[in-house]
Amino acid sequence: MAGRSFKHFSILPGFWPALGFSVLYLSLIVLAPLSAVVLKTTTASWAHFWGTITSPSVVASYRLSFGASLAAAAINAVFGLLVAWVLVRYSFPGKRLVDALVDLPFALPTAVAGIALTTLYTEHGWIGRLLARVGIRVAFTPLGVLVALVFIGLPFAVRSVQPVLEDLDAEIEDAAASLGASRWRTFTRVVFPLLRPALLTGFAMSFARALGEYGSVVFISGNMPMRTEITPLLIMTRLEQYDYAGATAIALVMLVASFALLLAINLLQWRSRRYAEAR
Amino acid sequence: MAIEVRHINKTFGSFAALRDVNLEVKGGELLALLGPSGSGKTTLLRIIAGLETPDPEPAGSVLFEGRDVTSQRTGDRRVGFVFQHYALFRNMTVFENVAFGLQVRPRGQRPAENQIRRRVKELLQLIHLEAMADRYPTQLSGGQRQRVALARALAIEPKALLLDEPFGALDAKVRQGLRRWLRRLHDEVHVTSILVTHDQDEALEVADRVVVMNQGRIEQVGTPEEVFHHPASEFVMDFMGSVNLFHGRIDSGKAVFGPLVLDRPETAANGKAARLFVRPYDLDIHHAHNGKPGLRARVKRVQSAGPQVRVELLAETGEAVVVEMSHAHYRDSRVNPGDGVYVSLRDGRVFTEDYAI
Amino acid sequence: MKRQDPLLLRCGLTAAALLFLAVFVALPLFAVFAQALEKGLAAYWTAIADPDALASIRLTLLAAGIAVPMNLVFGLAAAWAIAKFQFPGKNLLITLIDLPFAVSPVISGLIYVLMFGAQGWLGPWLSDRGIKIIFAVPGIVLATIFVTFPFVARELIPLMQAQGTEEEEAALVLGASGRQLFWRVTLPNIKWSLLYGVILCSARAMGEFGAVSVVSGHIRGETNTMPLHVEILYNEYNFAGAFAVASLLALLALVTLVAKRLLERKMRQDYADFKAAESAEG
Repeated sequence: MAGRSFKHFSILPGFWPALGFSVLYLSLIVLAPLSAVVLKTTTASWAHFWGTITSPSVVASYRLSFGASLAAAAINAVFGLLVAWVLVRYSFPGKRLVDALVDLPFALPTAVAGIALTTLYTEHGWIGRLLARVGIRVAFTPLGVLVALVFIGLPFAVRSVQPVLEDLDAEIEDAAASLGASRWRTFTRVVFPLLRPALLTGFAMSFARALGEYGSVVFISGNMPMRTEITPLLIMTRLEQYDYAGATAIALVMLVASFALLLAINLLQWRSRRYAEAR
Repeated sequence: MAIEVRHINKTFGSFAALRDVNLEVKGGELLALLGPSGSGKTTLLRIIAGLETPDPEPAGSVLFEGRDVTSQRTGDRRVGFVFQHYALFRNMTVFENVAFGLQVRPRGQRPAENQIRRRVKELLQLIHLEAMADRYPTQLSGGQRQRVALARALAIEPKALLLDEPFGALDAKVRQGLRRWLRRLHDEVHVTSILVTHDQDEALEVADRVVVMNQGRIEQVGTPEEVFHHPASEFVMDFMGSVNLFHGRIDSGKAVFGPLVLDRPETAANGKAARLFVRPYDLDIHHAHNGKPGLRARVKRVQSAGPQVRVELLAETGEAVVVEMSHAHYRDSRVNPGDGVYVSLRDGRVFTEDYAI
Repeated sequence: MKRQDPLLLRCGLTAAALLFLAVFVALPLFAVFAQALEKGLAAYWTAIADPDALASIRLTLLAAGIAVPMNLVFGLAAAWAIAKFQFPGKNLLITLIDLPFAVSPVISGLIYVLMFGAQGWLGPWLSDRGIKIIFAVPGIVLATIFVTFPFVARELIPLMQAQGTEEEEAALVLGASGRQLFWRVTLPNIKWSLLYGVILCSARAMGEFGAVSVVSGHIRGETNTMPLHVEILYNEYNFAGAFAVASLLALLALVTLVAKRLLERKMRQDYADFKAAESAEG
């Protein structure tokens, strides 16, 4: 019987067609094109590669992309926890609507989010107007980038923590209270440690999404050289100048960062799953 | 339909589930495959059904009425299989579940719509669930689901009915009721049936013959009486019910276990170590020594809540002994915790290394 | 009896959470529609009925119309192989399927430029035969397929793994053929998650911006999808027009959210039924 040693025998039909097609499709659509990035960088000269990824504007973009993503993820971790907490534990009119709304940043096309946010935060925008009076400018500054990244990262933070909060055993908190702990104590010493893995995962996923984000950010950032250029934009501009090698070089840096994050997230989720099972 | 398996071996990775299994199932009988988990009974059943294949080396075979079906697709074998967790099609009604086997037949062999409907109705009446025909499996209780699974298996008029621990997931009371119902069904329908179970009460109550399996091998095949009262090995005796175990020796035609001695003149295992297996109801308790050989013991505990009275004792040799007696007998015996008594033997099975005597 | 936080705390936290959501999530959504209708309903319809806008809608639907069925077939095949069989490398395969999620949209477009662009691997070969992929519709379709690649598979794999293989085995013993097995047993058991996966896939396919922007060439009326058209209008300061088209995409997003709400319960049932069958009952 063909492939007896590869898969455990099963009487269900269609294994080889299904697997064969899947692997073929995966290779053609995902693996081959992705490997093109790696291969292209090997054909370019090292000098060009190094020069590109260390050029001042590119380095400035790293600072902006990484910095803003990190800050946005942190903000989302805090407010994501808040939103999840309120959704799980409290009731108020319209809660189901609000719960559905949390997914909006994930469902909304990035370009739409981009222009909407820009319109809101320019000096004539509804919010920008108010902030301008206090001397704060959001649109076309790194702050604007931050706002956009908070927007798109929120669902990941909330949805990571929500199921853990829902599954939280009320008995644990009752036990703490019966032992004399105040609410705050109970939260910090009992509840929060249980939430930490999920929060970390939510943070990491927010961060990963923010790092590669383009559409939501590219409008509100203003794309001013050395100041508000995000890294994906620089890939775009290199491409428009037909500097494929340069674009690929920057892309490789981003891919390495993304995959490292993906690995970290998978490890985190694997660990928290083991933790949950041990309970 | 008679079923035969010859030289069946099955390994999963490094685990040997079945080792050189040979078995003949008589046409029309209800056979129980009994054993603890890991004994291979489910694997054997699935091989007969065609849900698994035996190892190709050394070659084994499955025969239906003498015909080799080892390489035949499971769908072509015309057997009915009842899974432990029912495996009902959750998105089909009870009716559609039972009708499934008939509806998937190729055009040429498929019965007409109204014939299918009639057959399904008959079966639903047989299992007393006609009122549930339009319900979905999630709306049924466990016992009802299992009956539907049975009806579904019977719908295709199978040549054999294979049941994999069908009542394992049910409450004790439901299990007992369904067990008896299955036996009555078999008496009516007379399909060759093989039942896998780890519950020896179930096997003894329901089956015509019992196959006791352990670690991939068949230990004994026989009627319930044979297997229970004449176990062929220690494992069978131990598995089929509670036993008391004593250690001793064979000494010139007698099996000696402390003060308990049994005549075993025909044995050739002189001088060898031996083990004595005694059922709790084959032991008697006496307050005074009455001339018969008796083991001195002290009564530790008396459990009278149950169909029999269970007396737990500690023998002077340090062994724990359990004796069972009827309530009437117990009342007459006036045995109490703390009493020093004698335990005598009515019958027992002696096993040495290689022999059962 | 769950301990209730003090009323003041509850109100405070709830208000804070709602304020955050209102400012960061609800307001942008509202702004889209407000800006779209700012110049009145007539201007709105004009913007949408504009030939270039209509062309962008057609192209968006075309790209989604190709990408979604292909990823649907892939999702079914991959989930079948992964969920119903044991083979080495399964976890690797699952991780690889998730790769497109981890790749930035711009890079998702870049990789196809590297393969099919003028300087790409197959560039010369393609231009010799007059086949245009980059800066033409095929490139857009490919980039769309890439970014929506995992959606259906991700919905199906955990579900089919949880459902196991018993129903399929039962069907086979009863004599079902492979096709009957798939259509009558497997498919009905996964229909809600499948539907949801398709909806997610379609929504993302129609809304993708970064990847499509790279491969598109931005030729008005020809290689612009709706998101790209929004960008063009916005950069020309035609805000009413940009938001008009954007509002259609926002409506699509709302449909996705509604669908999720409606399907959530049914999807959870597909998991729950299976577990219920295992609990012992009378």
